[in-house]
Amino acid sequence: MAEALSAFRVCDFTGQLAGAGATKWLASFGAEVIRIEDPVRQGRWDILRGSPPFMDERRGINLGGAFNNHNAGKYGITLNLRTAKAKRILEQLIEVSDVVSENFAKGVMERWGFGYERLREIKPDIIYVSNCGFGHSGPYSDFKTWGPIVQAVSGLTFTSGLPGREPAGWGYSYMDHTGAYFMAMAILLALVHRQRTGEGQWVDLACTEAALTLHGPALLDWTVNGRPTRRDGQPHANRSQWPPMAPHGIYPCRGDDDWVAIACRDPDDWGHFAEVVGESWCREPAYASLASRLAAQDELDQLVGAWTVRRGKFDVETLLREAGVPVSAVMKPEERIDLDASTGDFGLWPSVAHPEMGDVRVDGQPVHFSETNWRIARGGPCLGEHNAEVLTRLLGLGEEEIARLEEEGVL
Amino acid sequence: MTSSPETHDDTKSVGALDGVRVVELARAPIAWAGKLLADMGADVILVEPPGGDPSRDYPPYLDDQPGENRSLYWWHYHTSKRGIVVDLDDSGDRDRFFSLVATADVLLEAEPRTRLGALGLDYDDLQAIRPELIHVAVTPYGRHDPKSDLPFTDLTIMAASGPPWSCGYDDHSLPPIRGPMQGYHTASHFAVLSVLTALLHRDIAGRGQFVDVSMTAANNVTTESASYTWLVAQRTVQRQTGRHASVSPSRETQQLCADGRYANTGVPPRRPHEFAALDKWLKELGLDAELPEAVFLAMGANWEGPFDLAKIGRDDAVTAIFGAGRDALKLIASRVSAQAFFLGCQRTGLAVGVVNAPEEAFEDPHFKARGFQVGVVHDDLRRTVVYPGAPYALKASPWAISRRAPRLGEHDAEVFDEIEGRCSPLDDAR
Repeated sequence: MAEALSAFRVCDFTGQLAGAGATKWLASFGAEVIRIEDPVRQGRWDILRGSPPFMDERRGINLGGAFNNHNAGKYGITLNLRTAKAKRILEQLIEVSDVVSENFAKGVMERWGFGYERLREIKPDIIYVSNCGFGHSGPYSDFKTWGPIVQAVSGLTFTSGLPGREPAGWGYSYMDHTGAYFMAMAILLALVHRQRTGEGQWVDLACTEAALTLHGPALLDWTVNGRPTRRDGQPHANRSQWPPMAPHGIYPCRGDDDWVAIACRDPDDWGHFAEVVGESWCREPAYASLASRLAAQDELDQLVGAWTVRRGKFDVETLLREAGVPVSAVMKPEERIDLDASTGDFGLWPSVAHPEMGDVRVDGQPVHFSETNWRIARGGPCLGEHNAEVLTRLLGLGEEEIARLEEEGVL
Repeated sequence: MTSSPETHDDTKSVGALDGVRVVELARAPIAWAGKLLADMGADVILVEPPGGDPSRDYPPYLDDQPGENRSLYWWHYHTSKRGIVVDLDDSGDRDRFFSLVATADVLLEAEPRTRLGALGLDYDDLQAIRPELIHVAVTPYGRHDPKSDLPFTDLTIMAASGPPWSCGYDDHSLPPIRGPMQGYHTASHFAVLSVLTALLHRDIAGRGQFVDVSMTAANNVTTESASYTWLVAQRTVQRQTGRHASVSPSRETQQLCADGRYANTGVPPRRPHEFAALDKWLKELGLDAELPEAVFLAMGANWEGPFDLAKIGRDDAVTAIFGAGRDALKLIASRVSAQAFFLGCQRTGLAVGVVNAPEEAFEDPHFKARGFQVGVVHDDLRRTVVYPGAPYALKASPWAISRRAPRLGEHDAEVFDEIEGRCSPLDDAR
């Protein structure tokens, strides 16, 4: 099958998830993504490189499960940029690349002598996308972040919680994922612009700023009506503010930490829900209209929970599904990955071949293209795995030269 | 039109998607995707049924009064788009829809799985008249899965795909928590990535294609360690208050500060210069006398070489130094505001974040200095409303809100005149 992005080559300094997740999308669609890592520190700038989870408890710099997940399909080379020879090789690679991507702290690329101005001297139409917590300008541009810090500062942690309690926040780096999506969009947008105008550019992506865009209506409620989200009774994350619905929440079920999500969108959903539950409170006038149900939500949630807790989550799901009410069990990882046939049928967990880990499943892409679908076949690169292949194919270096560069500590 | 307090001269630059026409069939899950494309310069034509899309009436409202064109939800999600009314159930209107699609680069839709096929408006029908068309269909489980026919909301999509399992509190008698609206946002992000990827391919290959986006799949692959811990090691992460869900419990990271707000303390100090800066800060605040363990900060500051983190809990000196680091942060947090704690920690080089409410972040000097507050003219109200700004700063092809959200059918005449005259922006661009 043809590949959508095979015309493009990326000189990729990204790591962790906020950066590596972006170039994973590009690699899935056939872009040639070349990860560049530091041989002296064994690529450990990317803390996921040698980190758990491990397959079969086997540990090592090439065996990190998260690293493999986020870097599947990419090439990996090592360059010791403390040396002049490595810098020269990097210049040659940039000359034949379309994109330079990184998610370092501000100033790292400049310190190595590869700030945007220099990149442009090397390749006038280069696309340079930097992704850091606070961006490259503004009072906090030197501050350090990682996913949970971005989420905290941008309001995403605050809005994910229950009233009167400390924030629940996110049990994972939502903004590393989402920062990566915005970064991939930025790269693709800049490529579209270059295809049409011949012009490259620098994209300054601040992860906190990208996160702030995800609060749109709440921010307009603030700028237009002066209403803050920090107010009594808020946040109430499992309830629906826009549009209002009730009942709308996550309710306990029989079983080990089992829960079910239920949402009644309109009078029909409520009628069907009430029919399934069939208890006397469902017919009380106090719950007859949306307005009255909204006013009595705390009470209503107790009653709904008292009904669900006597049943298994999949039983509740079946009952309400048959009645046409939006419902879903809160799925545990093993349930959505291995029991819910829909993810497997979609091909969401492809198996990749990793030279040291063996065959291992990774996150796929949640889309299918009719003509140029994604493909993830190769595992994340071992440290320097493609030194010879990439430097020979792209720069014409010979076997002896590569061996010498390795000996000299350039690679 | 954008008139920012930090107005920049955008008159000469155009958005990256200038000249790209997107037809968006109005539905809540993809409104964000349409906005992301429109704010980058695409000519997004929002197609609503007679009577309008239901989200026109979603709160919050201008001055808290419901009514026509008063939904701030609508305002936010439909900036930079033009709006028309087409009744897809009417055969005459379907012809008009065909002529619109014949000028379009992208069709973005989240219709019920079989609806467009039943109307003779699915990809096969449309590509016959417009082979260049990129048709992106967003459904709960993908176009081939009958589960996509089930009713859904953002909440049920997220529950089905993993995020809430990982979010919540240490106390598991409290429910898992879902981050509001982020299920639809995540699906929209993949819709946008798909549009852009297919456009780049079309530029080279000349043909469009059909793209099937699954909302639940999108959220399934947006759960970080929950998925890969199961995929790689067949272990299940458990939710914890304000920090990563984990197979084994980890130390708390949220700290209540003196003003009743929280900070996320991230990774505690672990390098000699961090201990030195923390020691200095504690003394500046006059708090060193209250913390006898502060002597260990000085010891940490003078440590030779990097710490062996494996020695925490085994080696007395290392354990005391790291314990003092955490205790010092706790003491400082209890005496200063969350914002002061955030700024002070960052100045010592520690990745700490204040837990802001969205409006507190929006008013923060950093984001203001970057021009994140953007004025949008509401000609009908004779006022300029401040909106959230760009998610990314493309220097040569900038993001911009080109107009307020459309009124119902506002651009009917304009759009259909263009189509009938075949003088679309797209044709101009060619």
